[in-house]
Amino acid sequence: MTKKITLKINGAEHTMEVEPRMLLIHAIRENASLTGSHIGCDTSSCGACTVLIDGKSAKSCTILAVQAQGKEIATVEGLATAEGLHPIQEGFHLNHALHCGFCTPGLMMRAVELLEKNPNPTEDEIRWGISGNLCRCTGYNNIVSAIQWTSAKMQGKELPSTEPKFV
Amino acid sequence: MIKCKTSKEIGGMGHSKKRKEDARFIQGKGNYVDDVKLPGMLYMDIVRSPYAYAKIKSIDATAALAIPGVVAVVTGKDLEKYGLHWMPTLMSDTQMVLPTDTVMYQAQEVAAVIATSRYLARDGKEAVMVDYEPMKPVMDPFKALDEDAPVLRSDQEGKTDNHIWHWEVGDKEKTANVFDNADVVVKQQMHIPRIHVASIETCGCVASYDKVTNHLTMYMTTQAPHAIRTVIALVAGHVGLTEEKIRVISPDIGGGFGGKVPVYPGYVIAIAVSFLTGAPIKWIEDRSENLQADSFARDYHITAEMAGTKDGKIQATRFKVLADHGYTDASANPSKFPTGLFSIGTGSYDYGAAYMEADAVYTNKPPGGVAYRCSFRVTEAVHAIERMTDMFAKKVGKDPAQLRMENFIKKEDFPWASPTGWSYDSGDYHAGLQKAMDAIDYHGLRKEQIEMRAEGKFLGIGISTFTEVVGAGPSQDFDILGIKMFDSAEIRVHPTGKAIARFGTKSQGQGHETTYAQIIAEELGIPMEHIQIEEGDTDTAPYGLGTYASRSTPTAGAAAAMAARKLRDKAKKIAAHLLEVSEQDLEWEPGKFFVKGAPEKSKTIQEIVFAAYTNHPEGMEGGFEATHYYDPPNLTFPSGAYICVVEVDAETCDIKVRRFVAIDDCGNIINPMIVQGQVHGGLTQGIAPAMYEELIYDDSGNILNGTFMDYLVPTAVESPSWETGHTVTPAPHHPIGAKGVGESPTVGAPPAIVNAIVDAVAHLGIKHLEIPVTPFKLFKELQNVGYFKKTT
Repeated sequence: MTKKITLKINGAEHTMEVEPRMLLIHAIRENASLTGSHIGCDTSSCGACTVLIDGKSAKSCTILAVQAQGKEIATVEGLATAEGLHPIQEGFHLNHALHCGFCTPGLMMRAVELLEKNPNPTEDEIRWGISGNLCRCTGYNNIVSAIQWTSAKMQGKELPSTEPKFV
Repeated sequence: MIKCKTSKEIGGMGHSKKRKEDARFIQGKGNYVDDVKLPGMLYMDIVRSPYAYAKIKSIDATAALAIPGVVAVVTGKDLEKYGLHWMPTLMSDTQMVLPTDTVMYQAQEVAAVIATSRYLARDGKEAVMVDYEPMKPVMDPFKALDEDAPVLRSDQEGKTDNHIWHWEVGDKEKTANVFDNADVVVKQQMHIPRIHVASIETCGCVASYDKVTNHLTMYMTTQAPHAIRTVIALVAGHVGLTEEKIRVISPDIGGGFGGKVPVYPGYVIAIAVSFLTGAPIKWIEDRSENLQADSFARDYHITAEMAGTKDGKIQATRFKVLADHGYTDASANPSKFPTGLFSIGTGSYDYGAAYMEADAVYTNKPPGGVAYRCSFRVTEAVHAIERMTDMFAKKVGKDPAQLRMENFIKKEDFPWASPTGWSYDSGDYHAGLQKAMDAIDYHGLRKEQIEMRAEGKFLGIGISTFTEVVGAGPSQDFDILGIKMFDSAEIRVHPTGKAIARFGTKSQGQGHETTYAQIIAEELGIPMEHIQIEEGDTDTAPYGLGTYASRSTPTAGAAAAMAARKLRDKAKKIAAHLLEVSEQDLEWEPGKFFVKGAPEKSKTIQEIVFAAYTNHPEGMEGGFEATHYYDPPNLTFPSGAYICVVEVDAETCDIKVRRFVAIDDCGNIINPMIVQGQVHGGLTQGIAPAMYEELIYDDSGNILNGTFMDYLVPTAVESPSWETGHTVTPAPHHPIGAKGVGESPTVGAPPAIVNAIVDAVAHLGIKHLEIPVTPFKLFKELQNVGYFKKTT
């Protein structure tokens, strides 16, 4: 038994026939063919599937596609605009906050909401704020720097150096 | 500061160039295996055993096949018809693809369900009825060799026990002699626990066999696409899948860390089903399957001993290892090295007697173990030597930094012949440790430690000064399934002076698209922005054994430099022709040849390349391309000096890393930003086993933490803010003087952390702590030494 639903993702409408049990992440990746959001676990622990639903970050593996009808869904594919990259994308690139790139979309979506709610977070607030997202490659130092850099950029403050610092 | 020979615009070695590969990843345009979607594609899910050791009495697929959309259920009996129910491991052991009669570990593949969707494949998996007759599993490797232990591998003819192999290195007698006459001997039993690479992307594939062209295209999560192509041809050549008909594509890989080197049964089943049906088959394992069934790492039980003089001179070491391999040896080591490069375990110290031996056993655990972000068992070896060095320092009453300084191999003594047969290429261990001590204010910390102890607070300072061995490897010793471990680069420069270069390696996040371009930019002076790097497609890239064991820079990176130098030689000939001078009159600076004494007479590399297509000298081959297969004369020996500072809560036993300084020496640095990123990541994968991660099994063979709910991969909260730096001691035999670095931090961090925690509580009588050192484990140890009795 399937159900016809329409999902609004990054402003575009995607109409699809899905089983009621289908997870939102599968609908986004397979039915809407937006493969930027990823799947890294089966226990809602890793955050690779994080998207924004009505502006709030959510692990799209914990939500059924049918529950997301009528909501505004934002994924990594919608971050950049005609004017260019979103500051969080620039921040991740300039601060070398990604290696394999698999966790990156989820982390960036989480960071977007974090900065929305707390435009000027401390390092501790950033670390706790992204603790629902696992990254196995970077060791998090540069993800923290990327979010700090983005915070400065979004507030028009002086930008921190993105050159690596050595002892 | 790193001195660069090229301008920032050219972006050769030493520049912290931002990564070229980032653009697609930050915009959601990466292409990972699960993103591959082919017309008519079917999905595969795998039925797994709930028991660690059981006979399969029957498999009933009726209910599964009755589900609309379930296309097929494949069992071991089906594969047996084609001789595909067993496959070789990389260590010349054998592994079941699907069992015909017995399962050997919990979560082992039992049957595969093929369906028209991911969800229907899962429905089918739930509906397959398997009747098992459970048996008592062998879980304790020490009991695996008991006389009454069941012989697990009765499939091996004449097998009478669970012993796999014995290995030894060094001079047993000489070492025993030193131990017999030594002032001081320290000895410790330690376990390097079973852990998992847990890359955030799990393993998977899309196998697509085209019955018309008789070609197989295999998209898969592999760190070694060429080797896999050869393996498939060796296994399936008899059914017509010969090597030219196989194309392995390793697209973007979401982290590898050694876990994506082996061939897992899921890949083979997918190929077999695609071959039989002609439909593309997608198999993507879920996280729990990944943790529970894919190759584990480590699981060495080590009895380590160190002998020395009472004034602190190390004289000998002796390590005895029991290796738990699970039901088959599915390691991914070079074939002549069953314990990998464990023999690096004499460390950074100048002494002449060492003996190491290892025995491997079968148990009812998942097979492995892979070289998880370490050049084949170096992590285990470094843990042993660095723990023993600290214990020895404690025993002779010396500061552990001082004792290390007094025992280091001196910089002028390289190349240095180790007592286990290695020729260390270069190093400056004193400089590294001094830099780390200065950065962290070591002596200040020691004073603070005394003050804090007086207040009943615990501060610990731990050191690890390790030597790694990476870049496998020289072809006289190193091969996998007989294939020599050289690697390759092919450079093509287009008429307008832009280039594409292809490699036999495969990045999984290491940033090859940037660093390889920088190596070529350094050698040819073509801006790195204009050098496109490709890897991971066996139809286009030259042959190579892939990326693992920190081998990409030592092997393929060297190949890139050598291929570029061939092109520079050609460029010189063309420049001489264009400038109408002899080659001897020309000098090179990055990007151009000029006439000695007349620098205004010059030809840029772009002009020269254009001429190679438009106006090349008579008799010279046209075009501008070169290929090189680099066979390293030696491995590279990066080193590091790590210092960790921990605070331990005297009541809750909570352990907090206050600071961690890592000074690495990986020779000449290609891209400092990327090297630092590698070190950050590796350090986090070092704190993980030191404090958080371990795959735990009960006596019945059940895994107790086989999901991300229970297996604690460090988050940003568990990870400290790392501080890193470097010393630069070039590898003398390497074309660009570089050494591998990606794995040094994973190898070096755990003993620094454990040494710090032990140091924090050493005054209470604690001599050793097993990893992972959890607060509860520490609490129990403190209870054992009577600490809590005294304070209450």
